Amino acid sequence: MTTREGGPAMGAESRAVRLYRTMRLIREFEERCLAMSLTGEIVGGIHPYIGQEAVAAGVCAALTKDDVVASTHRGHGHVLAKGADPKRMLAELLGTTDGLNRGRGGSMHAADVGLGVYGANGIVGAGAPIAAGAAWSFQQRGEDRVAVAFFGDGALSQGVVLEAFNLAALWRLPVVFVCENNGYATSLPVGRALAGDPVERAAAFGLAARAVDGMDAEAVADAAAQAVERCRAGGGPAYLECRTYRFHGHHSYEEQVALNYRDDAEVGDWRARDPLRTQSTRVDAATVRTVDAEITALIDEAVEFARAGRAPEPHEALDHLYADGTTTRPGVMI
Amino acid sequence: MGALAYITALNQALHDEMARDDRVCVFGEDVRIGLTQTTKGLHERFGDGRVVDTPLSEQAFTSLATGAAMAGQRPVVEYQIPSLLYLVFEQIANQAHKFSLMTGGQVEVPVTYLVPGSGSRSGMAGQHSDHPYSLFAHVGIKTVLPATASDAYGLLLSALRDPDPVAVFAPSALMGTVEEVTGELGPVPLGSARIHRAGEDVTVVATGQCVHTALAVAEAMAGEASIEVVDPRTIYPVDWETIRASAGKTGRLVVIDDANRMSGFAGEVLATAAEQFDLVAPPRRVTRPDGAVIPYALVLDQALLPNGDQLTDAIRAVLK
Repeated sequence: MTTREGGPAMGAESRAVRLYRTMRLIREFEERCLAMSLTGEIVGGIHPYIGQEAVAAGVCAALTKDDVVASTHRGHGHVLAKGADPKRMLAELLGTTDGLNRGRGGSMHAADVGLGVYGANGIVGAGAPIAAGAAWSFQQRGEDRVAVAFFGDGALSQGVVLEAFNLAALWRLPVVFVCENNGYATSLPVGRALAGDPVERAAAFGLAARAVDGMDAEAVADAAAQAVERCRAGGGPAYLECRTYRFHGHHSYEEQVALNYRDDAEVGDWRARDPLRTQSTRVDAATVRTVDAEITALIDEAVEFARAGRAPEPHEALDHLYADGTTTRPGVMI
Repeated sequence: MGALAYITALNQALHDEMARDDRVCVFGEDVRIGLTQTTKGLHERFGDGRVVDTPLSEQAFTSLATGAAMAGQRPVVEYQIPSLLYLVFEQIANQAHKFSLMTGGQVEVPVTYLVPGSGSRSGMAGQHSDHPYSLFAHVGIKTVLPATASDAYGLLLSALRDPDPVAVFAPSALMGTVEEVTGELGPVPLGSARIHRAGEDVTVVATGQCVHTALAVAEAMAGEASIEVVDPRTIYPVDWETIRASAGKTGRLVVIDDANRMSGFAGEVLATAAEQFDLVAPPRRVTRPDGAVIPYALVLDQALLPNGDQLTDAIRAVLK
């Protein structure tokens, strides 16, 4: 396999390191974010991605800078895996003007459009038709680009996602729908939310659909590479269900109020399959140590950078509301 | 330039802009055959790639347009029925509209939402007769409501060229009307009102087909009062300067607006007038009732729509 950036052919080991580095980056970023949301330094809390890193890392490893992703409210991992600068990502979470979105988006809307990140999204399933629209555009212009829509198992109950499946399959759009089935839609177990088998559901629309172990970055990367190549070859859309698990609550708020709807044994079983640990066994120990040290330094630097940022001015609150600079009347006029 | 039909104006604007800018594409139901007539001939001229018949998946194709716009297209989405906008309010109000601010200005979403046949269609009953532009203005989506063929052409052209999402509501009552147009057609800037008739005694702010009601009333009352008829043309953002100047000159204000009274555009004009205008009499508004649902029987349908008699009464009330 050659890289699409035009670099040399990458062997399995270098991909393994790359996947490990991405996952370590996400893990470290998320652990720091979780701590910072529990202290209130990050307002609004976060939806931690810890445990699901293999999905973002594996899928984004199959993408180039020109491909796009539409993400979810649990989006930090996707944004980072697509290459966003962790310093500016953390600055966004602290609401400073150095943030990816200049402090206007925060955790649920973090975007780096230049890198093809069409944003995390606060509405479940909303990204699926948006990614399909980008894919339609690529197809019309004959561009060799692919769109990916990430969503959770909860989104499979959203009509708009199924509508997007239909359009994508009908028009053979170069879009990969990646369902991160982490077992819970907030507190609702997937078994009490979905009738039938989700893979068969996607297959019924004509999507090339399969399930993959979402705790194994290599397995996700292989499956994603196949799905993406199929799209690039004009083979139409694909659906990848990554069976994974979030180690923490749906939202950091759950930690604060000590919500508990999963038994410890279940969480323990999944934690025993920590994707980061699995991937570390595929990389030599010295490299793991080097990567770990690099990432720790990177996140330390990100925290410092983010904390040093400037909050936007109150009078700038509606900047960027309109692309053409249209201004609105103030809420209070005396 | 001669007689121009309202529907032809919308169609012509699409033809002209699609020819000028190959990023413009059309999504919607039955747009290939041009069921509503607005997209007539576009498919023959511009082909499958730019005129896309969609399945009945309003939510998906509305956000498909968002994604396509973010990727560099300038999509138009046509809705055959105004009430379909309730179905896609998430996709427009919560997605397309919010991306510019939420991303800190990283992205533009230049989508035009075209609603030919908004408002009562005489006998189309509860779910096909709403005129929901105030909802869009409330959430801050640029919203236009052309009252004449030349404005329909010019406002649609501006909507197509605008970098933000714009909703274009073409009133059902006007689709078959014709305007004598002098001069060349061109873009009409968003946020610019049009004074249709100058007057000294009362300002009537009228929207959509109510502009024609107001002009007829102004003509009929010519011996009684000199009435200035102002059409904001853009429901959001509003050309407050023109409305303020007119109301400042006449000192009296009536608004006629074919939408529900509660939290509607007419209420906003009155509230702004109360805060800022120098009126000599309390302003009035003529609207559909609060929360109206249009009944099927024609007499009931028409009973809920603002009409010339109500406007005449309101004008007389502010003249007292």
